[in-house]
Amino acid sequence: MSETTSVTPESTSSQPPAESLVLRKLRERFPDRVLETHTHRGDATAVVPRDAAHEIFRFLKEDEDLSFEMLTDLTAVDYLKMKKSPRFEVVYHLYSLTHNHRVRIKIPVTEAQPEVDSIVSFWSIANWYEREVWDMFGIRFRGHPDLRRILLYEEFKGHPLRKDYPKNKRQPLVTAKM
Amino acid sequence: MAAEPIRETRTDNMMLNMGPSHPAMHGVIRIVVELDGETVVSSDTEIGYLHRAFEKEAENATYNQVFPYTDRLNYVSPIINNVGYALAVEKLLGLEVTERCKYIRVLMSEISRVCDHLTCIGASAMELGAMSAFLYMIEAREFLWELVEQVTGARLTIAYCRVGGVKADLPENFEQEVATRFQKVREVLKDVDGLLTRNRIFIERMDGVGVISKEEAIDYSFTGPMLRGCGVPYDVRKANPYLVYDQVSFEVPTQTGCDNYSRYLVRMAEIVQSMRIVEQCFPKMPKGPINVDHAGNVMEPADMVDTAKIGKTHDLPLIQLELSPNLEGLEKKQHREVMAPDKGVVLPAKNDTYGNIEGLMNHFMLIMEGWGIQPPVGEVYQAVEGANGELGYYVVSDGMDKPYRVRVRPPCFAFVAGLHKMIDGGMIADVIPTFGSINMIAGELDR
Amino acid sequence: MGVSDFFTSKLDHIVGWARKYSIFQYPFVTACCGMEYMATACSHYDVDRFGAGLPRFSPRQSDVLFVVGTISHKMAPVLRTIYDQMCEPKWVVAFGVCTCTGGFYDNYSTVQGIDTVIPVDVYIPGCPPRPETVLDGLIRLQDKIQHQKR
Repeated sequence: MSETTSVTPESTSSQPPAESLVLRKLRERFPDRVLETHTHRGDATAVVPRDAAHEIFRFLKEDEDLSFEMLTDLTAVDYLKMKKSPRFEVVYHLYSLTHNHRVRIKIPVTEAQPEVDSIVSFWSIANWYEREVWDMFGIRFRGHPDLRRILLYEEFKGHPLRKDYPKNKRQPLVTAKM
Repeated sequence: MAAEPIRETRTDNMMLNMGPSHPAMHGVIRIVVELDGETVVSSDTEIGYLHRAFEKEAENATYNQVFPYTDRLNYVSPIINNVGYALAVEKLLGLEVTERCKYIRVLMSEISRVCDHLTCIGASAMELGAMSAFLYMIEAREFLWELVEQVTGARLTIAYCRVGGVKADLPENFEQEVATRFQKVREVLKDVDGLLTRNRIFIERMDGVGVISKEEAIDYSFTGPMLRGCGVPYDVRKANPYLVYDQVSFEVPTQTGCDNYSRYLVRMAEIVQSMRIVEQCFPKMPKGPINVDHAGNVMEPADMVDTAKIGKTHDLPLIQLELSPNLEGLEKKQHREVMAPDKGVVLPAKNDTYGNIEGLMNHFMLIMEGWGIQPPVGEVYQAVEGANGELGYYVVSDGMDKPYRVRVRPPCFAFVAGLHKMIDGGMIADVIPTFGSINMIAGELDR
Repeated sequence: MGVSDFFTSKLDHIVGWARKYSIFQYPFVTACCGMEYMATACSHYDVDRFGAGLPRFSPRQSDVLFVVGTISHKMAPVLRTIYDQMCEPKWVVAFGVCTCTGGFYDNYSTVQGIDTVIPVDVYIPGCPPRPETVLDGLIRLQDKIQHQKR
């Protein structure tokens, strides 16, 4: 993921220079906390460390020029097969209704300590998104009010979207009794 | 004689389990409500009963093989899911599709959106007892599904898009077909509008029920008709126009009631807008080869392969191929119009596959495992306006022929997460219209 | 064949005839197939012509369990419970390929055919089946009900 600035035709009209504003403001405000920023195919991305997550999210939500009111998406990626270190990345997509801009925030998470801070206090929807990431990847969210499985059942062992979980390893609850 | 209050009655709250198999829970979801009399004190929603591991399946399929899985996310408007995923992969590749293809995608998306809204309104009216509205709406949907079938060959799970294009061009006389079907749909809409919009029973069940404030809706990432029913005119088609949505004129209807009735009105208005978009597409669309007179001989594919085997290949590319009905709309002349000119992504026209060695090799290279479409390493997020709201695809590529990770941002996940805000404190009977108005589709909720 | 045998076989025939045209179905709708189920049930294809127009949403009141759509492992115990609650005689229709075999969902969460959980009488293939296929499956079920040994 290099410093590419190529923009697809679909997004030329919709990606104003405000994109770089978000990243610029982030770098100015947290010069030593933001690990990396880049824009690939028009998507502005910032990689931030785990322990700075809370103050960065607060800044993104409350700063008047940014005002990201909406947490569009929260997910994770397991980079086991791409041999990236650390193994996981928690990915946040934010959207600002006021300024019509988007940003992607990524937090690297190690396999040994799969934990990040919960952001339920900023966006209520994070409650379910974080439960889903816990369910699928086994990444814990510190301070989450109710971290339990959401899509699968409590009896399920393992976290299926991890790359080392076999695709068709089934754990049935009932079998035929004919 | 005044009745004595019965002091001995126990007044504990009652837990009631709605679902997972309940007639009004379209699809499968379980709502556990705590009742005090008939008032909902608190509720908890459990989802995941239709978890089909879309994201895991997508990691194990090639880029084009993911399309059938996307159909089954929001199975009421599958074409929009196709378009969203295709746009995400094309963004990853930096590929632009042809102008005609863009119009076809917009047109089919909007027909799909109309189907979705018809089903949603029909089903939620049925749950309030208005069975006739449901029957009318499903009939109207049937007219539109016949249109969809003419173009894609299937009614529901259509897998119409491809990376870099669409499966096939529109059939002949499609504009007239659309005009006649829309005429029927408009009649049905008029009937349903007369039956529901000012129906006192309907209004009393819907108006002021399932209220969520604008701030809470944003906090829960509501999008689509749910957010527009709270007065926020956010629509991905306007905010971040994709395809040709910036070249057609349409309005984003909003209502300020924040309740079920507002959402109903928004959906009814959106149907009208969507049909408007479809009708605008036809004159603006670049004329395809549909109207071009095909000159030359017609040949069966098998004959063409035999002719090519004995070496008579030099004039084969000019010969028109008689394709099976499954491949109608993908003849060579139409292929140019609906598919992007990129040999690394798009399968060659069948004339070339059957008729010359370059085409055959190209076809094989794209089909063979480990080859196929290989976008550069990177990640993109592409949002489209689904029938329910913002439908986002986050695709990560590791440079191989299979997506490394496909994540869907389903619009109704947010609604169901915020459902308790809308039903707590209300009556138990109001859970049904509220749940109907959020139009939960289990396929995209649980994936 | 004695006179009594003649009457019992005639009676069987009449009971079978009565049963096959008064199917009270329980639509266990989970997924995409539900859309085609709705299309079949509504006016265009009108399942009422086959005496199966009245869905009952209580397993106690129904004779035929229509399992419409993918069954996940989380859902399987629910399906079993519903099936156990139905009164005899009962039949099960697997509607759509996911219920028949799991379809193209071969993964950790999907049941590979509902016959690993409950017995099935008629399998309707298709993803989703077209309404014509559904009606064909229904006619086959009626045939089975008519000729069933009692």
